[in-house]
Amino acid sequence: MELLLALIIATLTGTGIFLALRARTYPVVLGLTLLSYAANLFLFAMGRLSINQPPIYNEQITHYTDPLPQALVLTAIVISFSMSAFVIILSLKAKAQLGNDHVDGKEQIKEEPKL
Amino acid sequence: MGFEGLDLVFLLLLPFLGSLLVALLSKLSRAASAWGAGVVTLFATLILFGYSDHVLFDSKIFIQTWSWFPHLGLDFALRLDGLSFLFASLILIIGILVIVYARYYISAEDCMGRFYSKLLLFMGSMLGVVLSENILLLMVFWELTSLSSFLLISYWQNKEEAREGAKLALTLTGMGGLAMLGAMILLGHVVGSYNLTDVLASGRLIQENSLYTPIILLVLLGVFTKSAQFPFHFWLPHAMSAPTPVSAYLHSATMVKAGLFILARFYPVLSGTNEWIALVSGAGLLTLLLGSFVAFFKDDLKGLLAYSTISHLGLITLLFGFSTPLATVAALFHIINHATFKASLFMVAGIIDHESGTRDMKKLGGLFAFMPHTATLAMIAASAMAGVPLLNGFLSKEMFFERTLENVTLLNLMLPFLVTLAAIFSVAYSIRFIHAVFFGETSKELPKTPHEPPHFMKLPVDLLVLICFIVGTFPMLSVAPLLSNAVVASLQSEAPHYSLALWHGFTLPLLMSFIAFAGGILLYIKRQRVFASYHKNLSSIDARIPFNKALESLFSFARFTTSTLQTSSLQTMLAWLFLFAFFSLFAGLSYGDTPLLGARMFLPLDWISIAVSAILIISALATVVLHHKRLVALVVLGVIGLIISLIFVKFSAPDLALTQLSVEVVTVVLILLALYYLPQRAQRESSSLHIGRDVLIASLGAVGVFILTLAVLSRDYDPISDYYIQNALSGAGGSNIVNVILVDFRAFDTLGEISVLAIAGLGIFSMLQGLRLNAANVDERGFFYSLQSHPPMIATLTRLLFPLMLLVSVYIFLRGHNLPGGGFIAGLIAAVALIVQYLANGIAWTQKRLSFKKHIFISLGLLIATLTGLVPLFLGHEFLSSAFTHVSLPLIGEFELASALVFDIGVFMVVVGFTVLILIQLGQISTHASKTNRKGK
Repeated sequence: MELLLALIIATLTGTGIFLALRARTYPVVLGLTLLSYAANLFLFAMGRLSINQPPIYNEQITHYTDPLPQALVLTAIVISFSMSAFVIILSLKAKAQLGNDHVDGKEQIKEEPKL
Repeated sequence: MGFEGLDLVFLLLLPFLGSLLVALLSKLSRAASAWGAGVVTLFATLILFGYSDHVLFDSKIFIQTWSWFPHLGLDFALRLDGLSFLFASLILIIGILVIVYARYYISAEDCMGRFYSKLLLFMGSMLGVVLSENILLLMVFWELTSLSSFLLISYWQNKEEAREGAKLALTLTGMGGLAMLGAMILLGHVVGSYNLTDVLASGRLIQENSLYTPIILLVLLGVFTKSAQFPFHFWLPHAMSAPTPVSAYLHSATMVKAGLFILARFYPVLSGTNEWIALVSGAGLLTLLLGSFVAFFKDDLKGLLAYSTISHLGLITLLFGFSTPLATVAALFHIINHATFKASLFMVAGIIDHESGTRDMKKLGGLFAFMPHTATLAMIAASAMAGVPLLNGFLSKEMFFERTLENVTLLNLMLPFLVTLAAIFSVAYSIRFIHAVFFGETSKELPKTPHEPPHFMKLPVDLLVLICFIVGTFPMLSVAPLLSNAVVASLQSEAPHYSLALWHGFTLPLLMSFIAFAGGILLYIKRQRVFASYHKNLSSIDARIPFNKALESLFSFARFTTSTLQTSSLQTMLAWLFLFAFFSLFAGLSYGDTPLLGARMFLPLDWISIAVSAILIISALATVVLHHKRLVALVVLGVIGLIISLIFVKFSAPDLALTQLSVEVVTVVLILLALYYLPQRAQRESSSLHIGRDVLIASLGAVGVFILTLAVLSRDYDPISDYYIQNALSGAGGSNIVNVILVDFRAFDTLGEISVLAIAGLGIFSMLQGLRLNAANVDERGFFYSLQSHPPMIATLTRLLFPLMLLVSVYIFLRGHNLPGGGFIAGLIAAVALIVQYLANGIAWTQKRLSFKKHIFISLGLLIATLTGLVPLFLGHEFLSSAFTHVSLPLIGEFELASALVFDIGVFMVVVGFTVLILIQLGQISTHASKTNRKGK
């Protein structure tokens, strides 16, 4: 099961990085969203994986999953949502001010990889 | 003394307070700032002289200590002994004279308050250096002198050479300061205390320590840069672009003497070893020769004085290098004398510049007829500089000559000849200073017709020249107690026997003086030929040129690095960022020899999980492939979000699942709204090479994260959560541990997070203010969008559902403390309920019914959360501590009331406000847009 989750996080990271490297704002927004999914899942995985042990206290239960990463990830989800929202609005603002949706604000620049 | 115990601090703080006061006074009038500066300095001088009886006649040492940073060893400790008294009186007395002089020097177009404010700041820093008992405190003031002298040298900010000169001085002295800080820390390390008293008592300990050589190297770096010793001398001539009162102050009594002060202060601890003698007297001798030689050839009056200052500093350094008590006497004596005659000469140069419009000796001449008074003063001061008998310069120069003749061995046989050579040049440039300016033909080219300066501009020079004369003629009656106490304080032992008499008979030093005068006069007579040969061969040599080259290559390396890594392309910069992250991960994983994976057992796989994961992975890849088809890509993104909430359900995180689910809905709606304004379809524009590069980076990232995740998941760890689990119900009254952590245990974190949310919301709000975007009115296939926007079916249904949705939100909110739910989730659900209304019924309809201002709603939420934290503070508990109780009501039964619930209300309000704010603002652009579209038709 851990292998599956690692694979999922890796795929989300890879696709997120690829999209973040695109030249138009929309794929960059998508890429950042995917990257934040990956980051949240990764943080969540730091508490290790356990099934059917939700952190709801009950006197009869002795084993719980680690609640601390969950609390941190809960706020991280909300924060990454606010960051996505900010980037989306920023891309709209850039479109309005610069007249195009290129990440550098320049239409028609030569695409020559520098690496 | 009326306020015994505080007066040293007061003395030290006065100039700093005065600096502020003068800046304020300058708003009243120019004269007020000059008066302010003068009175403050006079007052400080009076306080200092209140100690004169004790220090000069009882040889007492005053030490006052206040604890400042005890764990760093940095105390606010002040010390007044003979040495600091000598320097402090030079700083203050010459300070007053400079203040009087500058009142008439600074012209009407320059701000006088700024000048005096900076001058007092510098004066305070210098006082701090000489009065510090703690050597770290000394460094604090040392750095302050570098900074405030930078401000003073660059006083005429509009002149490029002033800025350049100031920058050069700051670079060199700042560098030296850093080295010296290192030395002080090492000293403190060796001695075990940063107090000067302890350090001065540990001379043998320090000299026997293996750190001794690093210590003196670092100390000397600081001293040589500050006191303009070879090879760091070249900043001083460039600092001449400062106003002349600044030069008179910095280069006579203060800034450049700070380095010499260090030599005198640490004399008993550092001097006497072979390294010390070689380094200090070597640098001193070279500086002495170089300075007096170059000074003779400078046509600029201040240039001449600058190099003359360098040579006299070299002379004093050479004396300290000798490391004998008598040499120290001569050095301290020459410090006093140099300060007086050099300050007066700088002031004379300023008067000449001020009244005739130039400082160029090639243009000047015959000024005696126009300003006989100033000329007389200049002649006496220059004679003191040359070492004419009956003036102070003669006495200390004779002592210096005497020292060079001591212990003549084969090695230093050259020394008397070399110093006599320097003295010849010194006599020659002193004659030049007088002859070229006041005698000879009167030039017709002067920018102004020269005349005597205002009376008060001459007064400081009068006084200084008088001091030169009194000290030179009646040394025993004037300077003797000041000098002898300074010597005792510097040596930390009995003063040696020395004589300040004018006449010692026909001695070798007298012969050297005689040779110097004869040689100097001869050299001046033959000057035409000497000048010609100098200008032909040597004048282009300037140590600043290689220094600037070195600096320039440093800067161009920095520029090269920056321009390679930081291009104007976001894509390239991000690519570097990701690559760097990957390689640092790679370096981290390959460090050490532990295996990559641990031994923890993995959970068993099942087919449903595999299938769901496959869908997620395929969707993620599909987002990449389909990102040109923007709407489709968004739908696929929604699928990924939903599956992630399923993952949270699977692995025992119901709260996260609920949050992810509601966030997903809001995100998709938000992106959908934004898509309306972005281009419908993106053209493919990346070259295949570019795509290849990005695929490579993305794959590297994926592999790195895969390994990292597995490396973590295959290892066991000790959670710190047991405390939370044990205390959630008993201590905080909630059984949903995640929620209790959020609103209680770690509520401070949550408060920070909702603040981020609120700030992001306000940022978005301000970005969207006045934003106008033209949205397309056709879709990607060219069909017109329907303008009949609100179908009645949905509108009616959502109005019916609205109370139910809110009820769900309230339910989720209330149960949050014990079961999955809470402020974040309830807030998102409530936001979704509101958004649905906007979507189905239109902005106008909904806005009329929900007219509250969203950003105020956010602020209120933040306020409630903060107040919940503050209330316990007033009740004597810690910030954000909570209380709960159980209440039973008829019909509803028993339920729990916790103060954390109020905090959660704050969270709820911020989340609702934030989400609704963005969507409404976006929607409002759309109403504008559709209006303009309609008008267009």
